[in-house]
Amino acid sequence: MYRKRAVRWVTGFILLTIFSAVLFVMDLTSGSSSMTINELIGVLGEAGADSPAGRIVFDIRLPRALAALILGGALSVSGFLLQSFFGNPIAGPYVLGISSGAKLTVALAMIFSLKNGIILHSGALVAASFAGSLASMGAILALSGRIKNMAQLIIGGVMIGYICSAVTELAVNFADDANIVNLHNWSMGSFSGTDREDVCVMAVIVLAAFVVSFMLSKPMGAYQLGEAYAENMGVNIKAFRIALILLSSILSACVTAFAGPVSFVGVAVPHLMKSLFATAKPVIIIPASFIGGGAFCMMCDLLARMLFAPLELSVSTMTAVFGAPIVIIIMLHRENERRRT
Amino acid sequence: MSNTAVISAAGLCAGYGKKIVVDGLSFSVGAGEILTLIGPNGAGKSTVIKTIAAQLPAVSGNVYIGQMSLRQMNERDVSRHLSLLLTSRLSTDKMTCEDVVSTGRYPYTGRLGILSENDRRIVQDAMELTSVLHLRERDFRHISDGQRQCVMLARAIAQQPGIMLLDEPTSFLDISNKLRLLTLLRRLVREKNIAVIQSLHELDLAQKFSDRLLCIHGGKAERLGTPEEIFSGGYISRLYGIDTGSYDTLYGTAEPERIKGEPEVFVIGGGGSGIPVYRSLQRQGIPFAAGVIHENDIDHPAAEKLASVLITEAAFEPISSDTLDRARAVMRKCGRVICCADTFGTMNMGNLTLRQEAEAEGKL
Repeated sequence: MYRKRAVRWVTGFILLTIFSAVLFVMDLTSGSSSMTINELIGVLGEAGADSPAGRIVFDIRLPRALAALILGGALSVSGFLLQSFFGNPIAGPYVLGISSGAKLTVALAMIFSLKNGIILHSGALVAASFAGSLASMGAILALSGRIKNMAQLIIGGVMIGYICSAVTELAVNFADDANIVNLHNWSMGSFSGTDREDVCVMAVIVLAAFVVSFMLSKPMGAYQLGEAYAENMGVNIKAFRIALILLSSILSACVTAFAGPVSFVGVAVPHLMKSLFATAKPVIIIPASFIGGGAFCMMCDLLARMLFAPLELSVSTMTAVFGAPIVIIIMLHRENERRRT
Repeated sequence: MSNTAVISAAGLCAGYGKKIVVDGLSFSVGAGEILTLIGPNGAGKSTVIKTIAAQLPAVSGNVYIGQMSLRQMNERDVSRHLSLLLTSRLSTDKMTCEDVVSTGRYPYTGRLGILSENDRRIVQDAMELTSVLHLRERDFRHISDGQRQCVMLARAIAQQPGIMLLDEPTSFLDISNKLRLLTLLRRLVREKNIAVIQSLHELDLAQKFSDRLLCIHGGKAERLGTPEEIFSGGYISRLYGIDTGSYDTLYGTAEPERIKGEPEVFVIGGGGSGIPVYRSLQRQGIPFAAGVIHENDIDHPAAEKLASVLITEAAFEPISSDTLDRARAVMRKCGRVICCADTFGTMNMGNLTLRQEAEAEGKL
């Protein structure tokens, strides 16, 4: 039996990796000037090539694909952490309003810096975003202390999200600057416009947070049985809960700082992974969510770029198209489970 | 396994923050022994369990595991000595029963919680002991309540504790599963020399499955003793403040309040034949007289609690003419007679006389 499950898990990881690799290559080759794989290999072979094709790949497509991969992974892991924390399968950074809180502070930071002619380093944006995430998280935690019902908590989160979005809209409307177009694009969610330096910053932050999350998979597994049992197994509940909050906030903050709010990935991907691997063990689902989230976002980004080319959709449009139905499916499934027991 | 582990408390006071819920807890439980907390709803049994489980800091006093005070131990130490089984239903997600039992190995596994060969064997053994091994691949949500508590018991066993704490483990179960779980628990506890502290809702089961009982009432630990000591006299009725009806400590049955008033029906019973009739009359709200019942008759405890008039005869004595006269007088006043006794011998010949008289009067 152990062997049977192990085989399933190994196969799952192999499939996910192949799927991601294929999408990654497709992300690099397709676009307004598409190229064959041979051409891509040619470009990659002569590293730092100054040919037009090389510029397109190295300056535009590669950072964008990497951003989709890293940030998609970050979103999914953040979602899984929040689901563990709240014991709620439809919790995620977007539905709980955490992304919107981050969006608000980032927009304010951008407007402020544009007005005063300061160019913000991407690290500063992440910091602003983190502050916003934590503020929203605080609001949600205050709500969850009073609201025990899962669905109501989500509604509370969605409302917090709306409030933050409204304030963001207001701020953007009053900011009169040429760069507002950029800001607008960003506030809809997009992986475009990422440069190499951004990729380095996000890679460092996300990978660090990912490793720490992975190391927490043991207490997270215990926490799935509920607080009382986890405590009995020797989990330091207070420290564990704080760690979950900080990690999920920093992961979703990083995404929002670079790509704006991206919807539903945090709910949909962990759920897909649990079904694919037929388990909810964090030690499996955390890495699986990371790879799966990366693949999911690369796919959505590719579709957003290609579907109505040269018109480009926001990536949130695509993630919502695929993600929202999954949320509905989860809720229906839960309802069935509830009736059965 | 730490089979010498004994849990004890001295002057323990359980509560939230400074607010005292239960005071004056002193007890010690040896290996293989079951201590059960009983007491009315809201008396604080769960608070006591949580305090002993180190999930609530004691307001004052100490819990000792062996010689060590709980205050000196860290979470991991505690988790290797003490395992837990609660009433609440878990809402798991995609966990097989084996996954659930495996969580019991948590205090023994490494950084990432990956089970060793040895851990897996222990999990398998625990599931075998509670006869849930056949459920190992089933989703924990899709099994019955009874099976679920057995899986949770396996989990608690897999933790290889010296002490087990159970908070109303049988509350959601039907009677057969209650019996099964408690029988299983008692067997495992004896085999593995585990000290058990549990709280139970069901008095009759607490009486039969505990070595000692700790009665929690009015904010303190009121009494500690063997079931025989606790279930004697009127103590249980006082403990639970029973003022409507009564609780029979010998049979472990609860009876509602008797219907008071002049008896309308005379019931001739004996040998257990009377009880269903008494109960039926009580339900219908009809006051009745019962007779002639020997004091050692199985009908006697129920008749004593339900009949508005009861005619008795001393144990092992034939019904005297005196007693017969008293019964006759009561029967005259009743409009109806029910005779449920159908065997008559030397001892209850008087009841046959009563029956014949009632028949002659057309009351039967």
